[in-house]
Amino acid sequence: MLSFLIQRLLQIIPTLILVSMLIFGLQQLLPGDPALIMAGEERDPQVLAEIRHQYRLDQPVPVQYVYWMKGVLSGNLGESMRLKASVGSLVREKLPVTLQLATMALLVALCIGIPAGIISAVKKETLLDYGANIFALWGLSTPNFWLGILLIFLFSVTLEWLPASGYVLLSEDWKASLATTIMPAFVLGNALAAVLMRHTRSAMLQAMGADYVRTARAKGLVESRVVLKHALRNAMTPVVTLLALEFGTLLSGAVLTEQVFTIPGFGKLIIDSVFNRDYAVVQGVVLVTASVYITLNLLADIAYVLINPRLRT
Amino acid sequence: MTAAAFEVTQPTTHEENPWARAWRRLRRRKGAMVALAVVVLFIAMAVLAPLIAPYDPIKTNFMLVRKPPSWLHWFGTDEVGRDVLSRVVWGARASLSAGLVSVGIALGVGVPLGLLAGYAGGWVDTILSRLVDAMLAIPFLILAIALSAFLGPSLSNAMIAIGVTATPVFVRLTRGQTLAAKVEDYVEAARAVGNPHWRVALVHVLPNIVPPLLVQASLAIAGAIIAEAALSFLGLGQQPPAPSWGSMLNVAQRFIAQAPWMAFWPGFAIFCAVLSFNLLGDGLRDALDPRHK
Repeated sequence: MLSFLIQRLLQIIPTLILVSMLIFGLQQLLPGDPALIMAGEERDPQVLAEIRHQYRLDQPVPVQYVYWMKGVLSGNLGESMRLKASVGSLVREKLPVTLQLATMALLVALCIGIPAGIISAVKKETLLDYGANIFALWGLSTPNFWLGILLIFLFSVTLEWLPASGYVLLSEDWKASLATTIMPAFVLGNALAAVLMRHTRSAMLQAMGADYVRTARAKGLVESRVVLKHALRNAMTPVVTLLALEFGTLLSGAVLTEQVFTIPGFGKLIIDSVFNRDYAVVQGVVLVTASVYITLNLLADIAYVLINPRLRT
Repeated sequence: MTAAAFEVTQPTTHEENPWARAWRRLRRRKGAMVALAVVVLFIAMAVLAPLIAPYDPIKTNFMLVRKPPSWLHWFGTDEVGRDVLSRVVWGARASLSAGLVSVGIALGVGVPLGLLAGYAGGWVDTILSRLVDAMLAIPFLILAIALSAFLGPSLSNAMIAIGVTATPVFVRLTRGQTLAAKVEDYVEAARAVGNPHWRVALVHVLPNIVPPLLVQASLAIAGAIIAEAALSFLGLGQQPPAPSWGSMLNVAQRFIAQAPWMAFWPGFAIFCAVLSFNLLGDGLRDALDPRHK
């Protein structure tokens, strides 16, 4: 187990280095001189030279990368030109909002996807199964920003049950916080619920045909116990690892959801930075998201080994 | 030997073409066939947009601002009096071309690189595989947004961004399929008779790994249509006043209380197109899988 962990940790180092190179390389795609973009209306050659010197744009690209990486490794992701704040502090401020949204979306997906998957497998080729499969196709094909707009129309404009936009901190007023995040969480969790439903159904179908389930039935156990204790426990192994991977996808899906519901999270930060040409923030946010994603991949692998005793030796 | 026994041992002289077999299996799947019909309908709508759209999609009319659906304007009008149906019809061009072009880019770059990595192996494979791992470590939409941001907002840049972002999946799939195919007897035989490596890879390996690539391509088109709509919704894709389903939703969001039809139809068009490509992909997967008889 320890050797697996060390091996897996060593594998992510080159990936992280390449990810950092790719993200740094994005800056090279900028048409024209970045110093001119940073200077805005200012065209004074002395100011431009100062900007080039300050951001080391007068140095060769590999040297610029080394300086950037040195900063990143010491926790300095750069500075936002627009907000005049460090990218690190912006990330620390916005990430908890998105994490709350993603966690709630995950709960929504679990509450819908897993029961739907179990029912679909147990009631295979019945109306319930067809209904669950139609729900899964709907979830996978619906753009979440469209679903968000439709839900705002229904629950905020027509029924006036929930606020259409905004965000309240959980620590400030938990009821208001839930009211502002329940709709975005449903929108974000909808597609994941569909993915979970499909995986749970397929894992359950496999488990229900296994010898140990047949033995449990032969022992005379009631069907609900066979399904929930024997089949479900074994079927959950691939689903648990999938959850860790999909949590990273939720972080990227939050970009659109936060935009629709005007939630001041990580996604809103990246979009606002894109439109204000705040490239240091874009690079920082992408780097943090990729690092979280890689860490979740690692955790998924470890969870898979921990859950599956056959892989532990 | 009796005539009956002779009949049994005779090899089949007319082996069914694998593509004909796949088509026969696909036709048996009603969902996939309906999806194919919808895809054809969308393509026809995109190609024939100038002929079938009832009004000019960018001509404004301030006498017709936010009019609800009627006999004159089936899907209603938008915030500057443009016909929503005409814009949905023309928007099919942006969405479908983004889907096809970006997946074309991903196939054009990803398949040769995957073939090279899988066939050559060694350090070429190691470098390409690490690069693919790095790209896959950045969530799809975040990478597409970052690329679009640095390239500049436009439909063509959005297509490039989506295409580049979708490439690693095709590299990984092609590499895996090539690794499996290159140890097959027919590839060994092709090498044994003295074919150069490039010929073995292109003439003997590539045609045999097309089915999984085709399935992935149809599913990737669905993903690319959603990604283009998402980028246009965020203002990074098709720029106004040119119509695209995503940018129509972006504007419609601001008028949801006064004109909900502005948001319903473009979103419904995205949903139908994505659902059709997903169903078609699922159908193709079953039809091209040799385990399904």
